[in-house]
Amino acid sequence: MAVFRKKGGRKAKLTLSSMSDIVFMFLFFFMVTTTFRSASLKVRVHVPGATEVKKIENKSLVSYIYIGFPFNVKMYGTEPRIQLNDTFKEVDDIRDFIASERAQKSEADQTKMTVSLKIDKDVKMGIVTDVKQALRRASALKINYSGRKDDSYLK
Amino acid sequence: MRKAPEIPEINTGSSADMAFLLLIFFLVTTTFDTDKGIIRMLPPIVEKQEKAESKVKERNVFVVLVNAKDQLLVEGELMDIRQLREKTKEFLLNPLDLPNLPEKEEKDIPYFGKVRVSKGVISLQNDRGTSYGKYLEVQNELTAAGNEIKDQIAMQKFNKHFDDLPEDQQDAIKQYVPVMISEAEPKNIGAGKGRK
Repeated sequence: MAVFRKKGGRKAKLTLSSMSDIVFMFLFFFMVTTTFRSASLKVRVHVPGATEVKKIENKSLVSYIYIGFPFNVKMYGTEPRIQLNDTFKEVDDIRDFIASERAQKSEADQTKMTVSLKIDKDVKMGIVTDVKQALRRASALKINYSGRKDDSYLK
Repeated sequence: MRKAPEIPEINTGSSADMAFLLLIFFLVTTTFDTDKGIIRMLPPIVEKQEKAESKVKERNVFVVLVNAKDQLLVEGELMDIRQLREKTKEFLLNPLDLPNLPEKEEKDIPYFGKVRVSKGVISLQNDRGTSYGKYLEVQNELTAAGNEIKDQIAMQKFNKHFDDLPEDQQDAIKQYVPVMISEAEPKNIGAGKGRK
């Protein structure tokens, strides 16, 4: 026993003070990058793959329109539906939606507003065309066909 | 000798725990959903549509049609999507000045001087029954053709990729090879109807 005590007289201590610094650094990174999802999706949206997709620069100028198949089939059926913010809407509601989205933005940014269409790849163009016409009537002309980087359809 | 009074130390061991807790919270809530896509400008609503359309000659229009069965018809011919890109490039450039491909007109463009610019317009038509996935694939191919041409010219002229050029040079190239894609007014083309 005595032999052990002699050797283990000093305890090696790790300094943990820098660990919190590192963790804080991570923390700030994630705090800054976090964007809280404003709308919970009620429709299945698998955006199609494309090779020429580009990032949208200014996120605050973007409004989203989701079109897809409802998750809750019993309640909403299997037809593709339009989701604006948090609720299901019809094509006629797009005008009001654009107006309210536009009102939230500063005057200088209103002309730069982009509408991102997040549409499931199996949705038929009929409803998409209706939405596009509604956007034209609401003079929200800059649109973005949302897609993900993928070129498998060419193979 | 008396020992100097010790400076009281705050135990910082738990601050790491707190930070971890917050960190995990933000880790879980972070969504890196960077939105990517193909940007397009819709045409403004015009009352008199016919006037604008009748001006364009047939040889200047590249008709791409996607029907309700997701089949591709380019200038009246059935085509596979893999051939569309080359065909579009040929249409936009018309390198041999063929009479059935678009006309060119002389224009004065910065960096290029007097050049002959194609008057070609791509007209993309679809049925209400076309699937959105196919539609975007076609849109993507048309965009890709335009981008490849622009990149090619940027390489020839400035020896740089198009994306690396300053804005005024990009604009010059855009004027030199205009890629105009017109999304047609909705029509019912047939072969299956309406939304499914």
